[in-house]
Amino acid sequence: MQKFANPTVFLKLANALLPFMWLAVFVLFACGLYGALITSPADYQQGETVRIMYLHVPAAWVAMMAYGFMAFASAIALIFRHPLADAAAKSAAPVGAVFCFLALATGSIWGKPMWGTWWVWDARLTSMFILMLLYLGYIAIWQAIEEPHLAATIARIVALVGSVILPIIKFSVEWWNTLHQPASVFKMGGPTIDKSMLWVLLVMALASTLLFFTLLMVSLRSEIAARKLRQNRLQAIRSN
Amino acid sequence: MFKGLVLEARSLACERGGRLIFKDLDFAIKGGEGVELRGPNGAGKSSLLRLLAGLNKPAAGTLTLTGASHEDRASEAHYIGHHEAVKPALSVRENLEFWTSFLGGESSANFTAFRLEKLTEDEARYLSEGQRRRLALSRLVSVPRPIWLLDEPTVGLDQAALADLRRETEAHLAQGGIVIAATHADLGLKSIRTLEIKRAA
Amino acid sequence: MGVALKALLWRDIALARKGGGGLGAALSFILAVVVLVPLSIGPDLNLLARLAAGLMWLSLLLAVLLTADRIFQQDLEDGTLDVMTMSAVPFELVALVKTIAHWLTVSLPLALIAPPLGLMLNLDVAALPVLWLAMVTGSFALSLLAALGGAITAGLRRGGLLISILILPLYIPVLIFGVSATSMMMGPQSAVPSLLILLAITLVCLVISPLACAAALRAYLR
Repeated sequence: MQKFANPTVFLKLANALLPFMWLAVFVLFACGLYGALITSPADYQQGETVRIMYLHVPAAWVAMMAYGFMAFASAIALIFRHPLADAAAKSAAPVGAVFCFLALATGSIWGKPMWGTWWVWDARLTSMFILMLLYLGYIAIWQAIEEPHLAATIARIVALVGSVILPIIKFSVEWWNTLHQPASVFKMGGPTIDKSMLWVLLVMALASTLLFFTLLMVSLRSEIAARKLRQNRLQAIRSN
Repeated sequence: MFKGLVLEARSLACERGGRLIFKDLDFAIKGGEGVELRGPNGAGKSSLLRLLAGLNKPAAGTLTLTGASHEDRASEAHYIGHHEAVKPALSVRENLEFWTSFLGGESSANFTAFRLEKLTEDEARYLSEGQRRRLALSRLVSVPRPIWLLDEPTVGLDQAALADLRRETEAHLAQGGIVIAATHADLGLKSIRTLEIKRAA
Repeated sequence: MGVALKALLWRDIALARKGGGGLGAALSFILAVVVLVPLSIGPDLNLLARLAAGLMWLSLLLAVLLTADRIFQQDLEDGTLDVMTMSAVPFELVALVKTIAHWLTVSLPLALIAPPLGLMLNLDVAALPVLWLAMVTGSFALSLLAALGGAITAGLRRGGLLISILILPLYIPVLIFGVSATSMMMGPQSAVPSLLILLAITLVCLVISPLACAAALRAYLR
């Protein structure tokens, strides 16, 4: 039963770490939001709406990082057959999808005052939208296949293929965007950003990243519990 | 024709869908031996055959084949499972000739061993269950391979077809081949070994 | 090995010819789209002319996707794939040859038939050769990705919808460069970069698809 040794160690570690992680998330968000809503200046062009950026950019960053994490965990699962890796990839997907949705929603809300419309097919938003679709496909695989080992194998393939094709999709969408909208509508971020805004953005990004890993750990913990439950039930069926 | 063949398993364990089917299975089967797998439902007779066919990987233990021309066990064996791998839209000839060239390269399809010669131009969709089975079994005699893995090969066969199967199996064993079968019906071979599989606790 | 792969290719082509490939249904689907488009956006010929190339690409994409579940599912269910793993032929090559058969019997014929149908949507006749070229180039990538979707969902009862969710996003690069090759107004010369990128995308798919197909199918065989 060496197979379960690892998850048990992980459970202990998670239970010990989680309170501190939650605390750090709250402190970081408190600092970040204070900076975002109070100390940072309003943009001379965009006014107060620029503050949406402090939510939008970190959410988009985490959404992308989470997909990378998922692909990385899938690769680890494929190469080392580590029992936790599949569970980590599975748990990361819904969390990443929520951040992706958050990035899309804030982007849309930001777009209304900026562009006068709820949605603009600009390259970043479109790529984010496609990323959302990839997340949904990955989650759908786990839901469609009942047998967990089979689902894990197929999901690995889906995540890895997605991670190889995602850069191509991003490149295509950018090409498509320059083709149809030669004048860049609006550029955000970049090195020209003011320092007083930059540190707030960094704190918010750090807070969101930590929030992702905290949520991942919570979801991974219940995933392991569910697996154990299933294992026990199977054993009970076998012995009858 | 096949010489010095030994198929050996050491503390073999099989897992399907996260469940341990059987474990600590040891056996050595020499060329010319016919083996019948015995065991209760769910003991893993079919799983063992799929393991031997290379369709599944052992959860623990080793499987070695010595004395064959290829290292690769899967391409030295025939596997006749519950599904016949017969395409209804193709004729009997097209079906068997395809498998003969896919599996064997140079060998030619043998329609006579299981008495399919009168059916060759008919589409497989019109065959009865027993006839489809005979078409599947014809792969055994069309492409010579040392190991035969048969999962319930007698299902749907009439007396005449059973006699054909018995004759071909005996001939294969006489050539030094190995036959491993999971079957509830008696194959009626002259000499046969039984291998008991126990369910893992 | 060559004998085995040739036999496999001919078998799959024969099966497709006997109605298992779904070319007829896919073609009917494209025809249905051609009828539905003017009915939904109006018969304005100028508007249709602007949309024609993109719409033909979109219908080609969806039509190919409709046939994706036929590539591996039958062979998995009737035990054919079991036997196919038991040969000296690498399973990745089996997947690739089956994909090539799909391309020859479904995607390529559709890519040849679709452009002239675009004329019913007031497609510029001058754009026809480029559209043909682009669709033929892209059609192999469409087959490779369709095979990928078919393999990933091969063992599932209701894989059809899942294939669309999984594969449509992956079709985006083919769609973008396929359409951009045709929409270049400066003449056929300016379509070259798009066609080259389309070719590069096809090559990437050519590497990924057989590997992923074989891995997914092996998982279902277990």
